[in-house]
Amino acid sequence: MAVSSLRAGLAGVVANLAAQAPALAAPEPGAAAPDFELDGPAGRVQLSKLQGKLVYLDFWASWCGPCRQSFPWMNDAQARLGPRGLQVLGVNLDARSADADKFLAETPARFQVAFDPKGDTPKRYGVKGMPTSVLIGPDGRVLLTHSGFRPDDKAELEARITDALNRMAATGGRSAT
Amino acid sequence: MRLITTFTRPATAAAALAALLVLPGCANLASPQAWEKGDLARPAMRMDGDPLEGRFSQHIFASKEAAAGGAGVGGGGCGCN
Repeated sequence: MAVSSLRAGLAGVVANLAAQAPALAAPEPGAAAPDFELDGPAGRVQLSKLQGKLVYLDFWASWCGPCRQSFPWMNDAQARLGPRGLQVLGVNLDARSADADKFLAETPARFQVAFDPKGDTPKRYGVKGMPTSVLIGPDGRVLLTHSGFRPDDKAELEARITDALNRMAATGGRSAT
Repeated sequence: MRLITTFTRPATAAAALAALLVLPGCANLASPQAWEKGDLARPAMRMDGDPLEGRFSQHIFASKEAAAGGAGVGGGGCGCN
């Protein structure tokens, strides 16, 4: 009896280890960005509806300091590069929506925002750090994944975005690769 | 002695064994994902509390008790501090 229960316990341990498999890997550049549909302050937001635009997808949370730092830059990028085809989309990952609302009241977002309190999208995008941003081309394919946000990152990110916008203009808006 | 007699009772021994077998279940508590760390990021979760207050108490220790260090990761142990 003891042996069989021990075996059951071991089987449980093995099952636990299997269940601990990490979240899905981040989509590689060139792979199709997983589509999602979420609620936002201005209605439903669906990623695939943004096809044809260069999408800067940013996963953020109210408790994350670098996310707060990135907001003014994302507002600025949307204002300057929006007319050229850029759409910034911030997906909030707060478990409590009140925290997100408070953050947005203090730090206004002048770009599209969506809420994912369950954390389903970051799992599918293999988010490893906060914030994580994904640059998605007009064909819905991933161009770049970036984890974290430091003021030094601005120049590099902006160069990649402008480069993609230039390529979009050259291909008539079909692709940025 | 009392402990040993307690654990020789079959029912208690079985319960203890069952508790031991259940314990590995705790291994299932997966570490939080990057986006699930909202509660861990709260100021109350800091190990060292308020940094300003920490510096203040270090000053008190140094000036009144002639004690220095021991509040964090130490140096190389060269004895030169």
